[in-house]
Amino acid sequence: MGKVIVMTSGKGGVGKTTSSAAFAAGLAMKGQRTVVIDFDVGLRNLDLIMGCERRVVFDFINVINGDARLSQALIKDKRIENLSVLPTSQTRDKDALTRDGVEKVLDELRDQFDYIVCDSPAGIERGALMALYFADEAVIVTNPEVSSVRDSDRILGVLGSRSRRAEQGLEPVKEHLLLTRYDPSRVEKGEMLKLEDVLEILAIPLLGIIPESETVLKASNLGMPVILDPTSKAGQAYTDVVGRYLGETIEHRFMQPERRGLFQRLLWRTA
Amino acid sequence: MTSATQAKTIERSSPPFQLRGGAYTLLVLRLNDPKDPALFQALADKIAQAPNFFRHAPVVIDLQNLADAPPFNMAELGRRLRQHQLVPIGVQNGTEEQNRAAVNAGWSLFPEGRQAPMREGAPSARPVEAPASAGAAKPADAVEAAEEKPAPADPEAGEAMHGVTARLITQPVRSGRQVYAHGGDLVVMASIGAGAELLADGHIHVYGALRGRAVAGVSGDREARIFCRSLEAELVSIAGYWRVRDDIPDALIGKPAQVFLDGERIAIEPLA
Repeated sequence: MGKVIVMTSGKGGVGKTTSSAAFAAGLAMKGQRTVVIDFDVGLRNLDLIMGCERRVVFDFINVINGDARLSQALIKDKRIENLSVLPTSQTRDKDALTRDGVEKVLDELRDQFDYIVCDSPAGIERGALMALYFADEAVIVTNPEVSSVRDSDRILGVLGSRSRRAEQGLEPVKEHLLLTRYDPSRVEKGEMLKLEDVLEILAIPLLGIIPESETVLKASNLGMPVILDPTSKAGQAYTDVVGRYLGETIEHRFMQPERRGLFQRLLWRTA
Repeated sequence: MTSATQAKTIERSSPPFQLRGGAYTLLVLRLNDPKDPALFQALADKIAQAPNFFRHAPVVIDLQNLADAPPFNMAELGRRLRQHQLVPIGVQNGTEEQNRAAVNAGWSLFPEGRQAPMREGAPSARPVEAPASAGAAKPADAVEAAEEKPAPADPEAGEAMHGVTARLITQPVRSGRQVYAHGGDLVVMASIGAGAELLADGHIHVYGALRGRAVAGVSGDREARIFCRSLEAELVSIAGYWRVRDDIPDALIGKPAQVFLDGERIAIEPLA
């Protein structure tokens, strides 16, 4: 019976899709049968980040409407075994997501996969609610910045009151914090919130910190989950996150600014 | 006299109505046996494929095949059609007697119109089941799209209807938008964004870059083709067969090309 994990944040642009792609890819690389679903109906992006946009025929909405079978819509990743993508429709909107339809698809996926990663749209409306309703666990993607932290707090409230687990009085959705776009040097200068501040406000366990990195944008443009780039610090951080999620003990990294050598510092000053 | 009352007077002097001609695409229901017990079940199945498309759709009943048929209750037929949320508005090709019954039922008499081609062997009700092999299968999108966008009306796209055979779009078709040329060809003078969808019962012509999806011969016309100035499509489909971008040879990408159905296979050729 697979586990449903939602990647959510409330706020847009914090790295939900990047994190969904990397996290799902990481789980699959660890041998877990994993599928990642795009819930952002009408603003379909996950297939681009996963590099499978040229192979989309049927999508999540087709499956919900019974126009296609799940097996026709699932796209197997070409690089990673065990990894599948369920893209969404660009021409429909969030109203195409029905609770019964989503439940049916997720139930079918639970039989076939160990992990079902739901890439939530921003906001707290229908799309986001549908993405989190059936979740067993939630990864809250947050930037070290006040508005993002406040929106994360809001979405945690929604998880605790409007998810199926909350409505049916089951064991609550397990929450994880993923702090993305963390720039230690700006934290040091006081331009960004400190990890401790974020943890203090949100009060949920930290799954990992992803440093701000140019490689993320580069990987997105290539249609490659950044975790596949072993030279990228962000990619390494996601690898740590996946290991930690699966129960390994891995220390948090990338929390200190990079110390520049004397030569680099001189160059920096003159630049 | 104030300007307001002046305006009122002018308004009053205009006639209470305007009478103009309009050309519309109508559904034509050609009956073979109005007493066939399976008729309404078959009709319901057809409607279920695209309920929004058929809802309150005006229907002309074609009696061509019933010239020698025993008389039947036309008012009852109308009632049954309305039960299926179809709106019968008239008949064509009826006998004198049938026409009289139709007029009594409150319908109009239509001269035989030009009809969308119904080719031999073109399946009228195509199952949504798709064969497993890639490259030859059925896009459920066709039905879905018809549901979402019934016949005309797409004011944003800056289009004009010329008769009923073709639909002309002069503005770029953006990601997420759908344009359906019902019963005819679709001509687009601009580019089609990735994530946009063009559908036509006939051919599709794109005089810009085709970056989205193009689905021609939606109703099963195997002769339909797709023409474009720059082929960069995510998916091309004709009469239910398709090819995704990954299956389009790189040599054709970005080139003027035509797409047509060659037997059971989608063929793509450069346009010289």
